Amino acid sequence: MTFEIPWDALRGGMLLGLAAALLLIMNGRIAGISGIVSGLLKPVKGEVSWRFLFVLGMVMSGALAPLLGFNVPESLPVTSVFWVALAGLLVGIGTKLGNGCTSGHGICGMGRLSKRSIVATCVFMAVAFVTVFVRLHLL
Amino acid sequence: MNLLSKVIALIAGLLFGLGMMMSGMVDPTKVIGFLDIAGDWDPSLAFVMGGALLVFTPIYLFVIKKREKPVCSREFQISSNNTIDKRLISGAALFGLGWGIAGICPGPAVTSLSALNSSMLLFIAFMLAGMWLGIKIDEKRSALA
Repeated sequence: MTFEIPWDALRGGMLLGLAAALLLIMNGRIAGISGIVSGLLKPVKGEVSWRFLFVLGMVMSGALAPLLGFNVPESLPVTSVFWVALAGLLVGIGTKLGNGCTSGHGICGMGRLSKRSIVATCVFMAVAFVTVFVRLHLL
Repeated sequence: MNLLSKVIALIAGLLFGLGMMMSGMVDPTKVIGFLDIAGDWDPSLAFVMGGALLVFTPIYLFVIKKREKPVCSREFQISSNNTIDKRLISGAALFGLGWGIAGICPGPAVTSLSALNSSMLLFIAFMLAGMWLGIKIDEKRSALA
């Protein structure tokens, strides 16, 4: 059995870690995307512009993707309006109540060895694995 | 926030979005392939979190943690909360459920915005609605407390 290291995934991941470290060491802010976005829905003075600029940077990188040889996917694995809407709603309310997502808990929180983030990451990964199993193999 | 910190926020966002695309996280089909252990499992996305932690953790532990304050703002806004409560567990579980249904989490959703894919836009609209609902639940709770 051969196994090749998926270099793109590894390099891309390292870039995510670098971006998160940059935002934290320079600005003192956590690169948790759900937190950055939800913070724009309930604006606090002095905490709006950096969030907006960070989001703008992400959107710009997506727009510039074709120039760099990357693609933003054209189609999603699930297209039913009901399931896409339900998934969005669950991701929104879940990340708000759980204070973070794959980036805030999974990268920044785990990287800080935060007990809460380690537990949260284990829970959302486990539930996601089970959800996919049920959806693709049982239903 | 000074000008430098604003430039940093923009650059960090650009790099973060680039990392999302380079790593494959931005592709929900790939994400589902990673989450589908019982199927034709594609483990490559485990290297995304691995790579991120490989870079972030040492910088945090050996550089950031030793600093009193960040380079260009007044303080570190890092949660010191250490309580594992029902809210954390149920929130993470709901997030995992939504992530498992569509294979999309907030970072890739934001990065994909410019493609104006109608399914993705629908996802983002409902994600924002969910966050707004979460904020309202918080407000109601603190009003009752």
